[in-house]
Amino acid sequence: MISTETKPRLAQKTRLHFDRHTNRHLLLYPEKGLVLNPTATEIVKLCDGARTVSEIVVDLAARYDAAPRDVLEKEVFGFLNTLREKGLLEDPP
Amino acid sequence: MTGGAERPYTLVAELTYRCPLRCVYCSNPVDQKPRRGDLDTATWRRVFREAEALGVVQLHLTGGEPLLRDDLEDLVAGARELGLYTNLITSGIPLTLERLRTLRARGLDAVQISVQGVHESDAVRIAGRASLPEKLEAAAFVREVGLPLTLNVVLHAENIEQVPALVALAERLGAARLELANTQYLGWALPNRAALLPTEERINRAAKEAREARDRLQGKMEILFVLPDYYRGVPRACMGGWGKQYIVVTPDGVVLPCHAARSIPGLAFATVDETSLEHAWRESTGMNAFRGEAWMPSPCRECDRRTQDFGGCRCQAFALTGNAGATDPACRLSPDHALIERARSAARPGERNSVPGESEHNGDMPEQLVELRYRTFRAAPSPRDDA
Repeated sequence: MISTETKPRLAQKTRLHFDRHTNRHLLLYPEKGLVLNPTATEIVKLCDGARTVSEIVVDLAARYDAAPRDVLEKEVFGFLNTLREKGLLEDPP
Repeated sequence: MTGGAERPYTLVAELTYRCPLRCVYCSNPVDQKPRRGDLDTATWRRVFREAEALGVVQLHLTGGEPLLRDDLEDLVAGARELGLYTNLITSGIPLTLERLRTLRARGLDAVQISVQGVHESDAVRIAGRASLPEKLEAAAFVREVGLPLTLNVVLHAENIEQVPALVALAERLGAARLELANTQYLGWALPNRAALLPTEERINRAAKEAREARDRLQGKMEILFVLPDYYRGVPRACMGGWGKQYIVVTPDGVVLPCHAARSIPGLAFATVDETSLEHAWRESTGMNAFRGEAWMPSPCRECDRRTQDFGGCRCQAFALTGNAGATDPACRLSPDHALIERARSAARPGERNSVPGESEHNGDMPEQLVELRYRTFRAAPSPRDDA
């Protein structure tokens, strides 16, 4: 399970791609792709295997100061769990 | 309905029909002579550029066997410059560690290797050639260079019992993805249907085994189990709809909505040596023949599922009924569904006497191997013939 101390890292099979046709980012992997909204794009960029989930939330909160912290945290957990279920996160070592 | 083309997301580049294997379910054309030799490097690179401009983000390099092209490194580099997610779909033969390292350095994203089963005898029987050790070695190379591996297995009556063993093999190889795809009875698979189609009971058992493995390995390995449309009662959404998401370009440059579309006579498709990919995609009469819903017969046109399955597979409709505009006979509402029911009732029940030590006969003859028709090749005309 993903906790506040997890250091998420994207699975090797993924590649973040800027789609010039829609001006959105896509997370590409074999045969498929996820269309990312701006927040999801920022989360994906922070999944470097070094930052914890808490640090990701703090980082995002600094950028989107309008968003309440608990709402943001919920969004981050929800999105990371989606990525994990799809096998798009590496297993923690 | 010119102008109704949507954004394609995937280009399937069939780089050559040549292949070291002769699989009995190959999706390459049956008994068709290519119109010319394989497209050259510059043409493929132009096709990739034009595909990206149309919106494509996924590129499948396939064949035949794409490794037989000695310009594969340059094609991969060209694709990567465009940001395409590049997936090499291969038999794994012939592949060296050095070549794979180079391909990775040039920008390859992922590799899919097929096996015919967990035994060397499966390779000999289905691909017409001993090849399992080479394939396993190639899969190990993929992991060694740090690329994600998909293991692909086409399921049929002679390997449908192997699902748990195939899952174990995929785990041992470190695959990120396992594709268990029941045979689609098109191309070479159709003349071999009597030998390949399993019974519903065996498919259901395999589906259950795949589901259990999927639950156990969720988040670690993606397991895809593609049910055969012969047993679904509803058609599959072939390629996500005719000319909607996928572009297939054949080794001789024909632009198609799927691998098999050239099997339908009377459809005119454009070629990349005569026109741009965009023109071929948007304007060719073949590509527009089954776009949208105007072509649909009853019961499709009144059916709520028409936006999900798009009337099913046009090539299957033609292969089984002679009419490419018919409702896919895989649909239980099709007036031709009896064709599917007949094939199902002739499905192979499997090895009932295969348990060691239980060899007494109760009237059943031990199962005989059914004869198969292997894929063959027809040479392209030489440049002299063209002139």
